[in-house]
Amino acid sequence: MEQIIKILSELHPDVDFETCDTLIDDKIIDSFDIVTIISELCDEFDITIPVEEIIPKNFNSAKALHAMVERLIEEE
Amino acid sequence: MQKNVLEYLEQTVHRVPDKIAYANEEIGLTFKEVYEQSRAIGTCLNDKELYKEPIVVFMGKHPATIVTFYGVIYSGNYYVPIDEEMPRHRIELIFQSLNPKAVICNSDTLDVIKTFDYKGLVFSYEDMIKTSVRDDIIRDIRNKQIDTDPIYIVFTSGSTGVPKGVIACHRSVIDYIESLSEVLKFNEETVFGNQTPLYVDACLKELYPTLKFGATTYLIPKNLFMFPLQLVEFLNKYQINTVCWVVSALTMISAFGALDKETPKYLHTIAFGSEVFPIKQFKLWKKHLPNARFVNLYGPTEATGMSCYYEVNRDFEPNEAIPIGRPFNNTEIILLDENRQIPKQGEAGEICIRGTSLTLGYYKNFEKTNEVFIQNPLNNKYPELIYCTGDLGKYNDRGELIFISRKDNQIKHMGHRIELGEIEAAVHTISEVKSACCIFDEIKKKIVLYYVGDITTANIALKLKEKLPRYMVPNVIEALDTMPLTSNGKVNRVLLKEKYNNK
Repeated sequence: MEQIIKILSELHPDVDFETCDTLIDDKIIDSFDIVTIISELCDEFDITIPVEEIIPKNFNSAKALHAMVERLIEEE
Repeated sequence: MQKNVLEYLEQTVHRVPDKIAYANEEIGLTFKEVYEQSRAIGTCLNDKELYKEPIVVFMGKHPATIVTFYGVIYSGNYYVPIDEEMPRHRIELIFQSLNPKAVICNSDTLDVIKTFDYKGLVFSYEDMIKTSVRDDIIRDIRNKQIDTDPIYIVFTSGSTGVPKGVIACHRSVIDYIESLSEVLKFNEETVFGNQTPLYVDACLKELYPTLKFGATTYLIPKNLFMFPLQLVEFLNKYQINTVCWVVSALTMISAFGALDKETPKYLHTIAFGSEVFPIKQFKLWKKHLPNARFVNLYGPTEATGMSCYYEVNRDFEPNEAIPIGRPFNNTEIILLDENRQIPKQGEAGEICIRGTSLTLGYYKNFEKTNEVFIQNPLNNKYPELIYCTGDLGKYNDRGELIFISRKDNQIKHMGHRIELGEIEAAVHTISEVKSACCIFDEIKKKIVLYYVGDITTANIALKLKEKLPRYMVPNVIEALDTMPLTSNGKVNRVLLKEKYNNK
């Protein structure tokens, strides 16, 4: 979780990613951020994120991202 | 002879009145509705004796916004699109530069406009379209207009921190639409999927050919450009066959493997531009859509939309750049070296543009206009303007034009043209900041800001989001103790770039 918060905070140092769960709904992250987040998550956790997982609910909060990463690590 | 862009609409509305012209997921407007509503808006503006004025259209990305543009043109005024997502500070700068007498809102933005220091007329789209159309008035306006009268102003990044308004006329837009349509072979069956915002000239590609051919344009929600599979599903749902997108929107789909899961099976024409298309990604597209036409487009806002094209018809090596090719019909590209002479074959020169497609220049800024719209240095016999783009180009052995780089600190990011100087100017308005410099990471496509000052990176980010459009906010922000300087006291960008690359 810490690593995920760190990746997100580098993109938007002004956002509290611990609590925010409307990253997509409130347009806090944009398409550029999504690309960056995916590439950094893949590097950091040595996973591939299948395109089916690139959907709004997986990117709405740090918690949701964390759950997705955990699930993908387990599946590998 | 066609002298007005609306003649496209007037011819098409008789042919296909009930066909959908512009639509989003909720509503679609037929050509008849576009015709009736825009003439109602034109009549309404004329009632207030507005003529040859900039009329701000302050609405979101919606079919009604497009109709409002045409309404402004019917009234003999010119539209200035302002997006509801633009930051306040930028809208204020644009208002200062225009001093507009009228703003058109819709029900979503009527309350927002009240929070600005603006004293002019405010119209609501929903009310305006109820005006009874006065054919005699619309005809009188048309009769006194000529084809070099302006139709829109769009704002582009300015290096001093103030956006520049580029003002275009009927003639330049008609010239562009005719040449573009010839190359991309639009017709009545064309179904566009629009990606670009309505406040940039990139959307001309869909807006006017839709009128000319009686085609249909779907406005794709911005949100979908984050989620590749949903985006492809949208394209298939509405049977979209033609897209003119920025490269990053296309690579978003291919890079995450969406094409393996679902093919945008109706697509047959894919135009792209504003950025270099990485060959690896391009090949993925080509593999999944082997029969589609892929066309690279290049051009500055100052020469109305796009000026050059290259239809990809051979294989490229991974490190090769797809050419920008050749100019559209009725446009000439002239390369000029530092002495304003034609460079030798294969050598670099500034890309300069000659043709009817040149816009009228920068609004209320003769000085800036005269710097870049200049007398053709190769012609000392009669007045002839060319536009100097600030882009460097050269011809390859095949005689195709290649884009090399910028002469200055302008960059392309997410398809948007950005002056790093404008970002720096915004950072300098933050009182705690002593010094600031922006560089661009060409590989990862990140805007990197270095600053010196007693303020946290989080607060810098927060303040910049109020001042700059989203795509201009730096992707990496770092504080420094001191700013590295060159021997003559300027910020040492080279050293900053090295520092960044060594990180």
